[in-house]
Amino acid sequence: MKLQELVNSLSLEVKTPGMDLNREVTGGYASDLLSDVIGNAKEGSVWITLQVHLNIVAVASLKGLSGIVLVNNRMPDDDTLKKASEENIPVMTSPLAAFELIGRLYTLGLRCR
Amino acid sequence: MNKTAEGVFFLTGKDFAKAGVASSNLKAILESMGVPPDIIRRAAIAAFEAEVNVIIYAVAGMMHYSITQEMIKIIVQDMGPGIPDIALAMTEGYSTAPDYIREMGFGSGMGLPNIKKSTDKLTVNSVVGEGTTLEFIINLNKTA
Repeated sequence: MKLQELVNSLSLEVKTPGMDLNREVTGGYASDLLSDVIGNAKEGSVWITLQVHLNIVAVASLKGLSGIVLVNNRMPDDDTLKKASEENIPVMTSPLAAFELIGRLYTLGLRCR
Repeated sequence: MNKTAEGVFFLTGKDFAKAGVASSNLKAILESMGVPPDIIRRAAIAAFEAEVNVIIYAVAGMMHYSITQEMIKIIVQDMGPGIPDIALAMTEGYSTAPDYIREMGFGSGMGLPNIKKSTDKLTVNSVVGEGTTLEFIINLNKTA
C-alpha cells in the first residue's frame, strides 16, 4: 500500500509538506520505546507512536521506515519536523488513539511482519 | 566486497539532537561498501544502542569502527559513570535511566541486550567512576 493511500484512508494530517508520499508501506509497527523499534520494526513499516521528539526521526531513518504517525493529535516538535525534512521521513498526525488507529491500519491490510 | 575502512565518531553526552548521527554515518559507510543488508541492519541496531548509551549516561565518548573482509568491529569508549554490575546491566528491562530519559522512550533496559542479540561477540569492560568500553563484532564471512 502506498503511504498516500494510507493518508487518504485515515485522514492523516501530513506535517512534512513537499515530501513524496508515493512510497510503499510494507507493514506497521507500534511502540513508544525506541529500543523496541530499533530492535524489532521492519524496513518499510509505518511507525505508530506518541513520541514527538526529534530522535524518532533518527530511529525511523536508521530502520528505513516509511513514515511516522503520531497519535492522539500529538504535535511533533519543530526540530523533529526539521530533522524529518532533512532525512526525508514523512511525519503525520491523527486525532485517534493508538488502539483505534492501529485497528484501522490492520483492517486496511497492514501487518506487523 | 573487497574494501576496508576505519574511522572514529565523537559523541557528546546529553546531546540528544545528535543521537543517531554516528550510527547513520556508519550505516552509510557500510552501504557504500556493499555490505549485505541484513548485516547492515544488525550493525545499525548495535551502533545506535551503543551511541545512545553514551549520550544518556556519559560526559563524552567515541565510536571507533573497523571494517575488514572478515568482520565489522566497533569499539565504543566513554567517560561515564561506569557499570557496577555488568551481568545485571545485561538483563533485559534493567535500567538506571532517570525518568525524563524514559519518557523520551529511551532507557528501557533493552540497549545492551539488543547489542548482544545483534552481534556475534560483545565484550563489556567498565570501571566505576571512569567509564565503559564496549567492543562488538559482526562476522562478515557467515550468515547469522
